[in-house]
Amino acid sequence: MSTLSSYAPLLPETIMALGAMALLMLGAFEKESDFSAETVGWLAIVLMAAVILVIAEEGPERIALFDGAFVSDAFSRFAKILILAGSAATLLMSFGYLKRVRIMKFELPVLVLLSAVGMMMLVSAADLIALYLGLELMSLALYVLAAFRRDEVRSSESGLKYFVLGALSSGMLLYGMSLIYGFTGSTSFEVISGVAKDGVLGTNIGLMVGLVFLLVGLAFKVSAVPFHMWTPDVYDGAPSPVTAFFAAAPKLAAMAVLVRVLWTAFPGAVQQWQQIVIFLSIASMLLGSFAAIGQESIKRLLAYSSIANIGFALVGLSAATEEGVWSVLVYLGIYLVMTLGAFACVLAMRRETGPVEMIGDLAGLPDRHLGMATAFAALMFSLAGIPPLAGFFAKLYVFKAAIDAGLYALAIVGVLASVVGAYYYLRVIKVMFFDEAKDPLSEVEGGVGLVMGLSTALLLLYVVFGSYLEGPALAAAKSLKF
Amino acid sequence: MNLLLEQYLPLAIFLGVALAFVAVLLVAPFLVAVSNPDPEKVSAYECGFNAFDDARMKFDVRFYLVSILFIIFDLEVAFLFPWAAAFGTMSDLGFWAMMIFLAVLTIGFIYEWRKGALEWD
Amino acid sequence: MELTAAFFYLFAILMIASATTVIVAKNPVHAVLFLIVTFFNAAGLFVLLGAEFIAMLLVIVYVGAVAVLFLFVVMMLDVDFAELKAGFIRNAPVGLLVGGVVLAELVALFVAKGFGLGMAKVTAAAIPQDISNTEALGRLIYTRYVYFFEAAGLVLLVAMIGAIVLTLKHKPNVRRQSISAQVNRHPATAMAVVKVKSGEAIVPDAVTKREAAE
Repeated sequence: MSTLSSYAPLLPETIMALGAMALLMLGAFEKESDFSAETVGWLAIVLMAAVILVIAEEGPERIALFDGAFVSDAFSRFAKILILAGSAATLLMSFGYLKRVRIMKFELPVLVLLSAVGMMMLVSAADLIALYLGLELMSLALYVLAAFRRDEVRSSESGLKYFVLGALSSGMLLYGMSLIYGFTGSTSFEVISGVAKDGVLGTNIGLMVGLVFLLVGLAFKVSAVPFHMWTPDVYDGAPSPVTAFFAAAPKLAAMAVLVRVLWTAFPGAVQQWQQIVIFLSIASMLLGSFAAIGQESIKRLLAYSSIANIGFALVGLSAATEEGVWSVLVYLGIYLVMTLGAFACVLAMRRETGPVEMIGDLAGLPDRHLGMATAFAALMFSLAGIPPLAGFFAKLYVFKAAIDAGLYALAIVGVLASVVGAYYYLRVIKVMFFDEAKDPLSEVEGGVGLVMGLSTALLLLYVVFGSYLEGPALAAAKSLKF
Repeated sequence: MNLLLEQYLPLAIFLGVALAFVAVLLVAPFLVAVSNPDPEKVSAYECGFNAFDDARMKFDVRFYLVSILFIIFDLEVAFLFPWAAAFGTMSDLGFWAMMIFLAVLTIGFIYEWRKGALEWD
Repeated sequence: MELTAAFFYLFAILMIASATTVIVAKNPVHAVLFLIVTFFNAAGLFVLLGAEFIAMLLVIVYVGAVAVLFLFVVMMLDVDFAELKAGFIRNAPVGLLVGGVVLAELVALFVAKGFGLGMAKVTAAAIPQDISNTEALGRLIYTRYVYFFEAAGLVLLVAMIGAIVLTLKHKPNVRRQSISAQVNRHPATAMAVVKVKSGEAIVPDAVTKREAAE
């Protein structure tokens, strides 16, 4: 069976898709109950863990399938492991919340799995059609998840908003892709990079317009300013575990594919896309930092924080060097851990009456839950970029990449934005430790506590464990060459 | 005019004839028919009352579910046409590709059935 | 060739006209009907390009299914369209201004630089003449593009799950037909033979139970 074994690089996606369908059948044939839905959820987590092991076992070589539409290289493996870990962690901490608001259904883990399949296809895509299909598979499941609490107006609103703007961005993306196809004669990144060589974009307006629309579509997906407007409302309205999922894995997948498109399809057009990426980066950092100042809801705060973080990650991409790509990957890895930890804290915020989401509700937290308060404080310090926490190194690397590439102004704006950002992260800590105590929060659940503790430990001990992220990231960055 | 488009000539003539026919039927009443309107004759009449409100009312969301499920299977069938047309020259890969595709959607169909989405109430 | 061009302009003009009507029509149902006209004209354009299969697909899927879905949605939303229209007209000048500026920029750009330069250095394969359009697609979709094909299957699966998760609602206390229970019935479970003594009445089980409860 030599033909079947040639499809081996597709094994992780195949296992995920088959597993998702098997769990769908299991859920459909079991009697509907919280217990059966939670069983499906745990099986989904086990499945993702198994797939991580499968990917980790794969060799370091670059394999392309289907005329180069699907590529398995160090870059895709790095992104896939982070995506699966992020998705599994969000599922792990979601069960308690879902049961309390009575939306514990087996479809949720199945949709998370299918969305993760989409993300895996996305980071492996080396063809515009594969990119689009992966993106749609991922987004379609996300739209449904946003509106999962369908009896609540805010959740439905968030799903609808996300869907309409997502459809708009898909339209722009497709428009850009069709222009690129028209002017290069191919959808394959390899052929496109052959046509879009040095200086060609300066004279070929059609191809340039195509590139711009492609960038706009992807900027929507990573919610970079000025295409960010859906983010706060969607994050605020969606059920909290779903918001955690949105902020973690899909962001990472969309950023990864942005890096891959720009690096493998348009390496000869750096001058053209660099301007746009720099603009997106500066606008995201500034808006994310300033708009977060007035927020009272912790979910909205984290939404703006994620916009700012994407801006910082784009600083690394603007550098347009291998070091820059490496710094983006490290940044995304650390961002994933920080986001999961922060949302674990949000999910732990609840009283007997139900979940609470205001920053003011955190007042007096250390009196009752010293562990959670410490973890929260560590996460906020890390997001603010205080050494020796991981967030500091993430920012250090992207700024260093920008300076090495001669983009001094960008690095200075970035440092200023992170100073502004530090203000609102530290304000949360101030409210927690120094404000008048309120009604105490309920006990932290096992899954949430585990994610919170683990992410805090990883951030605190980055100096020790950092090389496990930085090494594979370097291999991934190096693999992005033809 | 290439060969392909020539095949569509009957269709074009057919559409032209249909268009002309409809236009004649639409225009003729204005020219020929007797028209003698009167405020009472043209006013809305509903069992002796004026209409209470708009005739448009909210449709049940279940119609939407039925039609979206229909579209999904409609698309699935659309993929079967080229498959059937090229079946004679197709490799094993092509055959199994369609089988996998159908299996995926059959899984969806079983789910749909078990959930009772095909029941009206 | 002139005839092809004539048909192109016919379809294109009708398409733009009906698309405009979709936006400005007062009655949303009329808008949907004009949308159908737009789809038909688009199908005509595809035929002119030689893409017969896509043209027929447009008619089957868009006219046959999507337009019906649009009608349902329009009827499902209980929206006051007159009010929406008012907002549209109020904002129309701003929209027209922005649209006009962008159009002027595009025109200026293309006049200055020329859009056609550098078209497709690597030309796509020509449309095969000896086999039908549908068969040509069939030879590619299931072999060369099999990855995209299976991915499309997964997207459809997600759409199916999504539609059911978001809209399926069962009314409580509805008794459904259970075919297996009906088929499994036999005389012993379906009826009981009771001897009635003259002058006595039969009290069904249900009644005695209810009385006992009271």
